[in-house]
Amino acid sequence: MKIIFESCSENEAFARTVVASYMMRLNPTMEEIADVKTAVSEAVTNCIIHGYDGRDGDIEMECIIHNKEIEITIIDYGVGIPDIEKAMEPLYTTKPEWERSGMGFAFMEAFMDGLSVKSEAGKGTKVVLKKVIGQNNSIAC
Amino acid sequence: MVFSTVTKIMKKEGDIMENFHYEICNRCLIVYILKDLDHHEVTYLREKSDRLIDAGDVKNIVFDFENVDFMDSSGIGLIMGRYKKVLFIGGRAAVTNVGKSVDRIFKMSGLYKIIEKYDTPACAVEVLEGRRAL
Repeated sequence: MKIIFESCSENEAFARTVVASYMMRLNPTMEEIADVKTAVSEAVTNCIIHGYDGRDGDIEMECIIHNKEIEITIIDYGVGIPDIEKAMEPLYTTKPEWERSGMGFAFMEAFMDGLSVKSEAGKGTKVVLKKVIGQNNSIAC
Repeated sequence: MVFSTVTKIMKKEGDIMENFHYEICNRCLIVYILKDLDHHEVTYLREKSDRLIDAGDVKNIVFDFENVDFMDSSGIGLIMGRYKKVLFIGGRAAVTNVGKSVDRIFKMSGLYKIIEKYDTPACAVEVLEGRRAL
């Protein structure tokens, strides 16, 4: 499944709902759906706020299911991340004035089984999220 | 009932505002969030609640999550921001009716270290406003 949508904040809800519907065939638990929705929402919000910085642009989202694993790739062609390691530190944000909590990547990491981020300055960012469904491995807290 | 002391009910403003509902009880602003809370919704809610805090004699703030099934890190930023605002005037912040999925986000972010959690807005108002609310 692959969709392309505009980088406007209304599409945050659209993107996570699409993925939630797509993963239903894996018979996920409510917690697993919530985990994936949160991670997708964080990734798409990053594209809109950071990647395109409020400007118009396309966000690509691709979902693949291999056996019990869902893999979600989210791509923007925005500014890119100069220092990925720094960006992934919990509580680090480049937009404190917008009250960004700096928890985006931390949530993606916590709620998913796999997270990979590739980025190039001026070209864009690609985030790949993976989660095995039905392993009862939702984090307990 | 605590709500017999509700002094003012803020009416909805415009389309997007239907996603939230506000009440001011003594010096406590209660924000009833009626929709999933993400970056999109937060943008409007932040502006509106700040206007209410600035305009009124608001000291404490309560966010009610009864109708919220989903929240991402944008919601954490919103609550932290309002907490800092009321802290400056000696107020407190609380969340109520927190469902399972929102609770996980709060726990994971460590929000409960600074924000109080109560069962209902009435309970929160009772504690935050003390006897004046009763």
